[in-house]
Amino acid sequence: MSGVLAVLEQREGRLHKMALEALAAAQQIGAALGEPVYAAIIGGAAEALAGYKLAKVYAISHDLLKEYTPDGYTLALKQLIAAHQPKFVFFPHTYQVRDFAPKLATALGRVLISDVVGHRIDGNALVLVRQLFQGKINADVRFEGEPPYFASIQAGAFRADSLEAGSAEVEAVTPAIDAAQIRTKPLELYRESQRAVDLTVAEIIVSVGRGIREADNIPIVQALADAFHGELAASRPICDNGWLPMERQVGSSGQTVAPKMYLAVGISGAIQHLVGMKGSKTIVAINKDPEAPIFEVADYGIVGDLFEVVPALVDELKKLG
Amino acid sequence: MKIVVAIKQVPSRDSQLKISSSGKWIEDADLTYEINEPDAYALESGLQLREKTGGEVIVICAGPAGASQTIREALAKGADRAIHIETGDYSSSDPLALARIMAKALESEKPDLLLTGLQSDDLGYGQTGVILAEVLGLPHVTLVMNIETEGAGIRVKRELEDGWFQNIDVPLPALLTIQSGATKLRYATLMGIKKAKTKEVKQLRAADLDAGAAATIRLEKIYIPGKTKKSQIFDGPAKESAAKLIEKLRFEARVI
Ligand SMILES: Cc1cc2nc3c(=O)[nH]c(=O)nc-3n(C[C@H](O)[C@H](O)[C@H](O)COP(=O)(O)OP(=O)(O)OC[C@H]3O[C@@H](n4cnc5c(N)ncnc54)[C@H](O)[C@@H]3O)c2cc1C
Ligand SMILES: Nc1ncnc2c1ncn2[C@@H]1O[C@H](COP(=O)(O)O)[C@@H](O)[C@H]1O
Repeated sequence: MSGVLAVLEQREGRLHKMALEALAAAQQIGAALGEPVYAAIIGGAAEALAGYKLAKVYAISHDLLKEYTPDGYTLALKQLIAAHQPKFVFFPHTYQVRDFAPKLATALGRVLISDVVGHRIDGNALVLVRQLFQGKINADVRFEGEPPYFASIQAGAFRADSLEAGSAEVEAVTPAIDAAQIRTKPLELYRESQRAVDLTVAEIIVSVGRGIREADNIPIVQALADAFHGELAASRPICDNGWLPMERQVGSSGQTVAPKMYLAVGISGAIQHLVGMKGSKTIVAINKDPEAPIFEVADYGIVGDLFEVVPALVDELKKLG
Repeated sequence: MKIVVAIKQVPSRDSQLKISSSGKWIEDADLTYEINEPDAYALESGLQLREKTGGEVIVICAGPAGASQTIREALAKGADRAIHIETGDYSSSDPLALARIMAKALESEKPDLLLTGLQSDDLGYGQTGVILAEVLGLPHVTLVMNIETEGAGIRVKRELEDGWFQNIDVPLPALLTIQSGATKLRYATLMGIKKAKTKEVKQLRAADLDAGAAATIRLEKIYIPGKTKKSQIFDGPAKESAAKLIEKLRFEARVI
């Protein structure tokens, strides 16, 4: 078994925003371990990959793969892996990958190392870093036994701008799939709420998390957002509880923002929140727990009780007039 | 409908975590525990479905003896009975080994529907449900926000990225992994707590169910992550910190 295979994702012919980072992971780790690098994509966008330094691009297509199903994708990729025997198979850690990659690995008697945020090469072995306890602790994880070795790469772990250009041959692949093998039936895609606020254009965002404790306390943070002339946003649990509308949620299942300043109040900094705001120019965190993962990405932080710190900040801003 | 819900007991959210001397897990002796958050939603979805369709809800939990607290709470909320697979701690479990053990424990149950949480707060694989589905040979859907019965099967609402959703029709038996926030959680009533004491908890031992296949991943060590950014932290009295921060934001970061 040899080579690193990056299995990438597209929608309507456009690469997923995390796809190129997973490809960068494959290139870097492939180079470090002296393994050739391949890419595979189901249903389109293969041309977008042909411009990178790759041994080959597999463009998988089939009528039964037009719509994503975990059964269809698993069947197709099982066949590709059987035909080419890669040593490593990397995915971007997208919602779709969460849905089928553990199934594919299980079908081959392996465990996927999911949600990878870093790596190191130890001798000629690969050590992957993933988070435990919602980002409070990191773990070094290794593969054991025989390949293939599966891993999914979280956003921000590798840089897409480090990709090496080249020209790769595209090979069309048509797997053998029977309609009866696909058990679930995907229906229409839809959005629930009309987005009345577009957080992506806000220059200053004040975002509130579970540290606020109850809905009645939200105005405390709203006052800070107002004092900064910024927009109010939130972590997922706040929107889940209905304390603020879904459209104000930042993170992997909400909006991705990159304002001039993002101020996180009582937010712990789980990776699914961080991926939605890490690109902000200046990040400020207020949290009573000095070990909260949010401080890892913060430029400025206040360790303290938000119920004291936030009103004090509002007072300071009022002084400025 | 016969519904199995997998629930895991995890350290409470506000726990101060310390790495144990083995470097492979946390000091867990003094921690308090609670049900893994999405599992509470999985349980709630199961109970609501049973209220509509009849049948029973069985919770299954693999964990140390102390996990019986979380199992009791699930029974108090309305689960009919429980299966407790006793393990040493939570650190060593390879999710494929765990899924095989759970599959074995469920062999005689033949449920119509299995529900798990989307992801555990401690190990956070986000995989155990999908692996269990594959081990059992069942279709699955992840990130489920709603379940309706639809003919002989079910129609589920799946969360996608960037605020999108998709409905999916699924034949039964099937496995779903449940995302947090789908519905309001119920509290246990006094009556429920009383009744829970008489409900059946089947005790099994992981070691007896484990066929002993070699693990394919190994957790080498755990540690507190290092900072990726140089941050300036103020930890004095609130007023002082606030003044310092505003000064920095004005004259250093120049964002106001
Ligand atoms: C597939 C998936 C998608 C997800 N999508 C998103 C998403 O889009 N957005 C998102 O945000 N999350 C998302 N999550 C959830 C995410 O994993 C976390 O659970 C969530 O971000 C935690 O929110 P929080 O930080 O507000 O709450 P907690 O993690 O509970 O943190 C609360 C923080 O407040 C602090 N605090 C408490 N009291 C005070 C006080 N008085 N003063 C100061 N600080 C205090 C605590 O120290 C703690 O750090 C997703 C999860 C999954 C699995
Ligand atoms: N030890 C366990 N006992 C019961 N259910 C579990 C256990 N570990 C994981 N699960 C279930 O699998 C889901 C996903 O866990 P994980 O793959 O660890 O993120 C959890 O939300 C639980 O529903």
